[in-house]
Amino acid sequence: MREGGQSGARLLVVDDNKVNRLLLTRSLEQQGHSVASAENGRAALEVLRREAFDLLLLDIEMPEMDGFQVLERLKGDLQLRDVPVIVTSSLEGVDNVVRCIELGAEDYLPKPVNPVLLRARIGASLEKKRLRDQQKVLLRRFAAPEVAQELQSEGFTLGGKRVNASVMFADIRSFTPLAESQPPEETIELLNTYYTLMFSAISGQGGLVSLMIGDGLMAIFGAPLPLPDHRESAVRAALEMIELVDLFNVERSTGGKPPIRIGVGIASGEMIAGYTGTNERATYTCVGDVVNLAARIEAHTKDAQRAILIDSATRDGIGDRVAVEALGPVSFKGKTVQTEVFSVTIDAKR
Amino acid sequence: MTQTTIDRTTFDELKQTAGADFVTELVDTFLVEAPRMLDELRHALAAKDADKFRRTAHSFKSNSNTFGALALGAMARELELSGMDPAKANGAKLDALAAEYARVSAALTELKNA
Repeated sequence: MREGGQSGARLLVVDDNKVNRLLLTRSLEQQGHSVASAENGRAALEVLRREAFDLLLLDIEMPEMDGFQVLERLKGDLQLRDVPVIVTSSLEGVDNVVRCIELGAEDYLPKPVNPVLLRARIGASLEKKRLRDQQKVLLRRFAAPEVAQELQSEGFTLGGKRVNASVMFADIRSFTPLAESQPPEETIELLNTYYTLMFSAISGQGGLVSLMIGDGLMAIFGAPLPLPDHRESAVRAALEMIELVDLFNVERSTGGKPPIRIGVGIASGEMIAGYTGTNERATYTCVGDVVNLAARIEAHTKDAQRAILIDSATRDGIGDRVAVEALGPVSFKGKTVQTEVFSVTIDAKR
Repeated sequence: MTQTTIDRTTFDELKQTAGADFVTELVDTFLVEAPRMLDELRHALAAKDADKFRRTAHSFKSNSNTFGALALGAMARELELSGMDPAKANGAKLDALAAEYARVSAALTELKNA
């Protein structure tokens, strides 16, 4: 949709009657919109799947597929349900008009359509759509696609559910001295590149970055959408992250900049996933022992001098498809029993 | 017939908002479509196709009102609402509708050329 929203929108007129179709199209074109038309509901859905429209003007009484059926189809279609619909008909009976509104029609205009009223209703609908589109863009910017999609289809409620998943923590080694040694703009640029690479590796394996703090991040594999082989996906993402950082370092060295190193820790098991915070501001995250363990393991990469460390539950999920080296049991703060830790062999992948 | 064939206020408004040339084109379309719709009504009645009968009467009503053919629109509306009730929707009613349409057709042809 073009700027302004009031005019110059792309509209679809659906009416089986030629006189009505011509007249409505004419009125809309006079108001500066670009208009396509369809003769019945089935044809309209075909056009809608092919092309994007800002608004639909829908007749109800039509052969093949009537307006009620079109409204029902649109309502059940994730791609199309946000397209506003104004019903234009000379329906008999208030109950029919009520049915249109209940099926999700934005408005109802009786025929013959008054052009002044038409202009006002279309302006209002397009403005509402513009605001909704804007909201969707914001949602995508501040929430991961999986979370945005779940929010749009399921709505928002605080609270969680038990999931079987893998959690990853990662950060840049010796980031603070590096940040202090260069101009802030350069640090932000470094972080932006770093995050772009990490997001690509993580989402490429079906993971979700749920948290970013400075140079550190937390990612979940297996929530909100289940991922059957979440343990292997997490490990593969980690390997790809290391590979991407290596490539990035090649680029940095040509600019005379020091290489960066990252550490990655992964743990798997049952945890609670969901929205925490308040109704005004919330975030999708995971909590539980497994999450704490992943954070401790990640911190341990520094002492162990290894890039990727995983717990035994994660190791059990990758079989012999990825080579690992057992580092033996490690005592972590806050854990009464020692934890078996494995290092993922980097060379095996190359 | 107590009502005039074409309500001039409605017709002139249409001409003013949509443009005279366009209305000429629209009248021509209606004069092609309307006889077809009359045929469809007769066929639907004979075939007892209630859905088609209602839909066609509905379209006929809507088009008639667009041009200000209010009497014709009222007759079509009656048929739309009557469904296939034989006492209300019968050959005689369709003949009356066709007769009123003939008057509307003549009046529209005159108006578009005026």
